[in-house]
Amino acid sequence: MAQLEGTFPEEKVSKARSFWLDVLVRLVKEKPLGTVGGVIVLALLITGACAQWIAPYGFNDIFVGPRLAGPSAEFLLGCDQLGRDLLSRIIYGARVSVIVGLSVAGISLAISTGIGIVCGYIGGKVDLVGQRFVDGIMCIPGLFLMLTLIAIIGAGMRPIIIVLGVLFGIVQSRVVRGAVIGIRANPYLEAARAIGCNTRRILLKHVLPNVLAPMIILFTITVGAAILIEASISFLGFGIPPPTPTWGGMLSLEGRRYMLMAPHLALWPGLFLAIVVWGINMLGDALRDLFDPRLRGGLGRYR
Amino acid sequence: MRNYITRRLLLLIPTIFIVTIIVFCAVRFIPGEVVELMAAQHGEAQDIEYTMELIRKDLGLDVPIYVQYGRWIGGVFRGDLGNSLWSGRSIGQDILHRLPVSIELGIMAIIVAICIALPVGILSAIRQDTITDYITRGIAIILISVPSFWIGTMVMVYPAKYLGWMPPVLYVPFFQNPVDNLKQFIIPALILGMVMSGTTMRMTRTMMLEVLRQDYIRTAWAKGLKEGVVISRHALKNALIPVVTIVGMQLPVLVGGSVILEMIFGLPGIGRYFIYALTQRDYPIVSAINLIIAVFVMFCNLGVDLLYARLDPRIQYR
Repeated sequence: MAQLEGTFPEEKVSKARSFWLDVLVRLVKEKPLGTVGGVIVLALLITGACAQWIAPYGFNDIFVGPRLAGPSAEFLLGCDQLGRDLLSRIIYGARVSVIVGLSVAGISLAISTGIGIVCGYIGGKVDLVGQRFVDGIMCIPGLFLMLTLIAIIGAGMRPIIIVLGVLFGIVQSRVVRGAVIGIRANPYLEAARAIGCNTRRILLKHVLPNVLAPMIILFTITVGAAILIEASISFLGFGIPPPTPTWGGMLSLEGRRYMLMAPHLALWPGLFLAIVVWGINMLGDALRDLFDPRLRGGLGRYR
Repeated sequence: MRNYITRRLLLLIPTIFIVTIIVFCAVRFIPGEVVELMAAQHGEAQDIEYTMELIRKDLGLDVPIYVQYGRWIGGVFRGDLGNSLWSGRSIGQDILHRLPVSIELGIMAIIVAICIALPVGILSAIRQDTITDYITRGIAIILISVPSFWIGTMVMVYPAKYLGWMPPVLYVPFFQNPVDNLKQFIIPALILGMVMSGTTMRMTRTMMLEVLRQDYIRTAWAKGLKEGVVISRHALKNALIPVVTIVGMQLPVLVGGSVILEMIFGLPGIGRYFIYALTQRDYPIVSAINLIIAVFVMFCNLGVDLLYARLDPRIQYR
């Protein structure tokens, strides 16, 4: 037994690495649009992480340029109503989107995995009660519930991340639950039970690795959805308050009269938002095709 | 079938109960603020505590939360959604007044979505892995990714700047002037429908692809039927069934999207009322709208499932 335990982890590491490398190679080879999406996501991550070095000006440097000026060599995308450099604000806005997207997806993944695995594996009364609760949450359109909760908790980055993360997590637990139910009847789980594994071990070592693929896809899609929803909430004026630059906030209704004078204020933040969400969706799509053998459309080339 | 409906309706009861608790409790965790705001408006700074006490009593906020819940739910069952904290008007009346706007927008958006999604989805499926397929799939993902509030803003801003034209934002009721009314609704409905069509398009394509591989399609081809007949009579009829579900599942997206478009295009619907209530911290309105929409979505989901059974005779409900 000791011998076995000694050899297992090493094998696992090398296997995991080749798996990821394999996914990457296949992504580039088979999914050109997915690769473009991946490059966009990478660019977003780098922009978000290095905003202070990339941005030519500070995000709140007032009157560095002429008010509402159009694009020029000095201010590539022009300036806003306070003479702030639009490009710099968009670059710092990328940072907000990255933070919101990743943390919301992280929280929601943890919650949906917890609920999904418990409800799906244990089933019975726990599942029945749990699913009625999930039903209840799912009936209220996401935007309404999110706006309500944020209006009560108060605007700001942290409340938004918590509210979005928890609500996404609850709703998406359905996907994880479905995946768990799908593998519940498999013989390897029965075997694990037969050799006397406790529930915790079965869940962590046998169930979790087998629902990893839908979880990774879910994570990718959630990042995009979270960025889009955060922008919508900020657009409606309930999101992250100024002066923090957010893509949604830059498009908000309050700035409408300035946009009427200088339409480029409306063009660029939305364009970047759309490109980023498109990239994430494309990547998620490609990953779904690569990971999920059932959705691959009949051509059996899965490992 | 009847048993199935009964069982579904019975399952709705706990869900509705949970929804009422969520929408009621969510907005009453911090009821102090609105009372403070109102007290401040009443002036008399030295007696602010007393004023707040009076207001609380007036609004029924002085009793424990479960009593408030009981009163509220009792009212809801009698068809009384309560009154606005600020204007004192009946919320039910206010909502009824605004409902037609949102319904009109929603129906128009669904029509637009279906008109775009079905033909394109079918085309994409029957020309799988051709240039047409790639382009339409690319467009579908773009439609899903582009935020509706951005398109809305662009439509408001660019024509105004360069053409001197702006979509009308003063609301005209349908029965007053149908033409002007439709002119006003068509742009937001187009945007909302476009955003919805992406998902429906993809679903249509997937389902068509699945159906096109079935044996009965091969049989239809083998009989020598024309492509049009095979597609429309044999494939589409079967592929459409899950698409009905997807349209139903997108209702929350539709309702959420209509909030944004009502705000941009100045349509006095439920969404705008909701945003107004949130900014005014008029919590009874917020609860009422959340509840109504949740119940609406619930029954639509049930309706979609039943429709599913009617459309697909293979499905047997116990």
